[in-house]
Amino acid sequence: MPTEPFDQEPVFPEPAMADQGHALDVKHRSPRQITWARRRRALTRFWKQFRENRLGTAGLFVLSLFVLVAICAPLIAPRSATTEVTATAKDQPILAPPGHHCPQSYIQNVQDPNTGEYHTIEKPCLASEEQFYPLGTDGAGRSLFALLVWGARISLLVGLVATIMAMLIGSGIGIAAGFYGGWVDVALSRLTDWFLVIPWIALAIVLASVLGQSLFNIIMVVAVTSWAVTARLVRAQALTVATRPYVERARALGASNWHIITRHVLPNLFPIIFANTILTVALSILAESTLSFLGLGDPMSVSWGTILEQAQGAGATTGGQWWWVMTPGVAITAVVLAFTMCGFAVEEITNPRLRRR
Amino acid sequence: MSLLEIRDLHVAYSTSAGPVPAVRGVDLDVERGQVVGLAGESGCGKSTIAGAILRLLPKETKVEGQILLDGEDILTMTWGRLRAVRWEESSIIFQGAMHGLDPVKRVGEQIAEAILIHDPKVTEKEALTRAGELVEQVKLPARRTQDYPHELSGGQKQRIMIAMALACDPKLVIADEPTSALDVMVQAQVLDLLEDLQRDLGLSMIFITHDLSVLVGVCDRISVMYAGKIVEEGSADAVFETPKHPYTRALSSAFPEIGDERYRLLPTGLGGDPPDPMDIPSGCSFHPRCVDVFAPCPSTEPVLYDAGEGRRAACLLLDGAERAAGEG
Amino acid sequence: MSERPPVVTGAPPEQEGKTPLLEIRAVKVGFRGRQGLIAGLAGKQTAVAQAVDGVNLTVAPGEIVALAGESGCGKTTLARTIMGLQRPQEGQILIDGMPIGTKTHDLRAYRKRVQLVFQDPAAALNPRQTIYESVAEGLRVHKVGGDEEELVSAALSKAGLRPPERFFLLYPHEVSGGQRQRVVIAGALALEPDLLVADEPVSALDASVRGEILRLLLKLRDELGLAIIVVTHDLGLAWMIASRVAVMYLGRIVEIAPAEKILREPKHPYTQALLSVVREKKGLERIVLSGEPPDPTRIPPGCRFHPRCQLIASGEAARLGIEERCRGEDLGLLEASPGHFVACHAIG
Repeated sequence: MPTEPFDQEPVFPEPAMADQGHALDVKHRSPRQITWARRRRALTRFWKQFRENRLGTAGLFVLSLFVLVAICAPLIAPRSATTEVTATAKDQPILAPPGHHCPQSYIQNVQDPNTGEYHTIEKPCLASEEQFYPLGTDGAGRSLFALLVWGARISLLVGLVATIMAMLIGSGIGIAAGFYGGWVDVALSRLTDWFLVIPWIALAIVLASVLGQSLFNIIMVVAVTSWAVTARLVRAQALTVATRPYVERARALGASNWHIITRHVLPNLFPIIFANTILTVALSILAESTLSFLGLGDPMSVSWGTILEQAQGAGATTGGQWWWVMTPGVAITAVVLAFTMCGFAVEEITNPRLRRR
Repeated sequence: MSLLEIRDLHVAYSTSAGPVPAVRGVDLDVERGQVVGLAGESGCGKSTIAGAILRLLPKETKVEGQILLDGEDILTMTWGRLRAVRWEESSIIFQGAMHGLDPVKRVGEQIAEAILIHDPKVTEKEALTRAGELVEQVKLPARRTQDYPHELSGGQKQRIMIAMALACDPKLVIADEPTSALDVMVQAQVLDLLEDLQRDLGLSMIFITHDLSVLVGVCDRISVMYAGKIVEEGSADAVFETPKHPYTRALSSAFPEIGDERYRLLPTGLGGDPPDPMDIPSGCSFHPRCVDVFAPCPSTEPVLYDAGEGRRAACLLLDGAERAAGEG
Repeated sequence: MSERPPVVTGAPPEQEGKTPLLEIRAVKVGFRGRQGLIAGLAGKQTAVAQAVDGVNLTVAPGEIVALAGESGCGKTTLARTIMGLQRPQEGQILIDGMPIGTKTHDLRAYRKRVQLVFQDPAAALNPRQTIYESVAEGLRVHKVGGDEEELVSAALSKAGLRPPERFFLLYPHEVSGGQRQRVVIAGALALEPDLLVADEPVSALDASVRGEILRLLLKLRDELGLAIIVVTHDLGLAWMIASRVAVMYLGRIVEIAPAEKILREPKHPYTQALLSVVREKKGLERIVLSGEPPDPTRIPPGCRFHPRCQLIASGEAARLGIEERCRGEDLGLLEASPGHFVACHAIG
C-alpha cells in the first residue's frame, strides 16, 4: 500500500520522531499543560524556520522598523512639524529639497504661460532658517520626514484594522459557506462573487462619498472591498476540511457543528488565514493610499496617501520636486513589499506543497 | 541467460535527512516466459526495484549494482538506448495506475501515445488502430478507445493500463500492485486476464504485491522482501505452503484459507510496523517482531541460506547446524 | 405484483423472541443525483441510486456480524445509516427495541451506545491533536463526568496501548499504523458503547499488522461484551472473527448465516462465486463472474443478481424450472436451513 503523506493541508511544523518525550516531565504536568508546552515548541520551531527564510527575515526587519517608527512618532518628530505651516506670501515658493539648509536657492521647472515652453529658473528657498530637512519639505514648508513618521501611523493603522475586519468577515462567511454547504453556500458564494467582481475603486468611491470622509470610514471601505478574496480562500479550505474523516469521526462521536468548527475546522484553517492576513495588510495599505490619493481620505489626518495627493495637486510630479513624491512613494512600496515577503515566507512554511525540496 | 538479471542492487534515496537505503543488496533472476512474484509490505523496497529496472527513480537516487536486461546493463546505458528500452523491451504497470490516466484525453489516444513515442514512422491513424487491437486483447470492446477515463470503471481502467503496457510488445512487464485497489471479483478477472496474456504472448512478468495468496496462483517463483532485502525465495507453491522464514509465515497467515480451523477466531499477526528505512534494526532486521527470535539474531545479519530444492531463506535458524559447528 | 415476502430478520433461531441489541427494519437509503437548475425546472428527474434497498438485520449483544460484499453493494452506506450519519428514506433502526431519533439531539444519546471505527486511522485522527485529545474528544462532547485523565487511560489500556501515559502527548504520525488504529478504537471505547461499527478496520494497515487489530476486536467482544458489525470486502477476515456473515449485493442482503455455515457451504450463487475466486479457498470450482455489479440506479428486475448469475448462464436455472421467476420475481430472504437465509429462487 502506498504510504501517502497523509496531511496535505497547511501545518505548523511538527517535531520529528526523535523528539518524542524529550525533556517533558510527564509525571508532574497535566495533559493540558503538556499540550500547551507542545504548542509552544511548535511555535518556536515555526520561528526557527522563518528565520532561515531570508526573504521573510528581511521583510520582517523592514516592517519592524516602520512599526517602531510609527509607535515612537512623538519621540522622533514633533507633531507640530506636521501642522505648522510656514506662511509666506502667495507666490513665494518655500519648498526645500532633501538635506537642505535654508536659506538657499533651488532649481524649478516653470512653464511659460505664453509660449507653453518649460524652462528652469532659480528660486530662493524661504523655508524656516537654520532647519535641516533630511527629506526635504512639502509645499507648505512642513518637513517631509515628520510627515512620513506621522503618516506611518495612519497608514499602518488603517491597513491593520481594515485587514482584521476583512479577515473576520471573510473567514466567517468562508467557513459558513464551506462547512454548511447547501443553500447557505449558494447564497454566501454569490455574495462573495459580487464583491469580487465589482471594481473596487468604483465601490470605494461610492461608499466614501456616501459615508463621508473620515478615518473610520476609510477603514470600513477598505475592509468591505477586501473581504471577498479571503472568503473565497477560506471557503475552499473549509470544504476540504469538512469532508475529512476526522470531522466525520467527531460527528460520529456526537459533536455539534459548533464543536467541529471550533475544534477541527478553525485550527486547520488558521495557517492559511494567517498567511493570507499578512498579504492582505499589504493590499490594504495600498488601498488606503490609493483612496487618500484620490482625495477620499480624511482631510484632517496625514497619511502617505494624502502626502501624495497634495504633491499631485501642487504639481510636484511635473514641477521637479521629486522628493515630495518619492518619499511617500518609497515608503508605501517598502512596507507593501515587506508585508508581501513576510507573507510568502509564512505561506511557504505552513503549506508544505510550496516548499522547495 | 536469463531475461533479467539483477545483481547486488543497492538503492538509496537522498533526502534532507540523509540517504535512505531502500534496497540493500538484492539478487533477482527472471527467465524468459517466467512470472516472478515479489511480495512484501510498505517500505520493503519492492516498488523501488520496479522503478530501478527502468531507471525511473529520482535523479539524486544512488543506484549501485547491475541490472542486466537481455544482457545489457540498464544502469550504464546511454540515455538514447534507455529510452528505446523503456516500453519496447520492458514496461511497467504502476501502482495506483488507474489514476495515471490523463482525465482530459480519450484512453485510445493515451495508448496510441505510447506507440507514437517509440516509432515516429507510425501515423496517428495506425497507432489508434493498434490501440483498438490492444484494447480487444484485454477483453474490452474496441469502441472503448473513444471513452474518457471517468467513463470507465476501476477494473476497466486497469485493463487499459495493461493494454498500454503491452503497446510496444515488451518482453518483460512489471506489474506493481495491479489489483490492490480492486474488488475481489474484478481482481479475479484481471488476474485471469494477466495469466492469459502472459501465456499467449510469452511474456515474462514481475508481479509485485503484498498479498501472498494472489501470487501463488499467478507466479512460478516468489521472492519475499523485508526491509530492503530478500528474505525468502523459491517456487510459488513451496513458499506459500511451507514458508521457511518467520516473516513469510506471518504474511501468509494474514490471509488464511477460509475453512481452515486453525485460524477460526484466531487471527495471527505481528506487533509493530515494518521498519522505517531510516531506522533498520541491527542484525537480522526482522528480529524485533520475530516469534522465533533467539540469541544471535540481534547481532548477526543473515544471508540467504539453502532451505531445500531451489529454496533459500535468510533466517539464522536455517544456519543452525553450521553455527553450532562453528561455535562449538 | 406478487405479495411482499414476510420480513425476515435473518437472526439465528436461538435469538428469535429475545429483544436484540440492534434491529434494522426494512431500511432503504437512496441518493438522488445532482442536476442543473434548468433541467430541474424542466421537470427532469435524475435517477435515484438506491444504495440500500430494503435491509433487515438484527444484532445480538456480544455478536460479531460481518457485512461482506464488493464496492457499491451498500454496506458502507448501511454502516453509516446505523451510525446515524445518514438518514434512511424508509425503515427504522431500533436499539433495545426503541427507534433511534433523527434529530441531532436524540441521536446524541444513541451515539454513546454505538461507535464507529474508521477505515483509515491516519485520516480519522486530526493530525494537530495529541492522542490524549483525540481520545478525550468523545468524553468532552458528551460532557462525561469523572476524571478525564483516568477515563482516557482506561480507554487506551483497553485498546492495548500500555502504559497509556506514554501515548498522551504523542501525535498520530508519531506512532505506528497499528497503534493509530488502536487509538481510534480507544476513542470509541472511551464512551463505553454497546456496539462498534467497524468499517474496513484493517484494510489500510499493513498485512502483518492486521492480525493484532483483529485479535483486539475479539478481545473486546470477550472482555467487554461488545457487539461488533464489521464491514469488509475480505471474506478471510470474516472467517477469522465473525460469528455471522451477511453478504450484500446491490443494496440487499442476499445471504446470511453463521460464519462456519456460509463460508463452508454457501448457498447463494453470488456467495459461491465470491468464495470460489478468493484464492485462499480450495475445493470450490472457480467461478469468475463476467462484468461488474450494475449501477445502483438501474437495479435489474426480478432477482437483482440474475443478469450475472451462473445458474442462468449455465442453464441450471432452466433445468430447475426457476428461470422465469429469476427474471421476473423479486424476492427476500428464504430460510434454507435453520439460521441460514438465502435470497435465491433455487432454495425450496
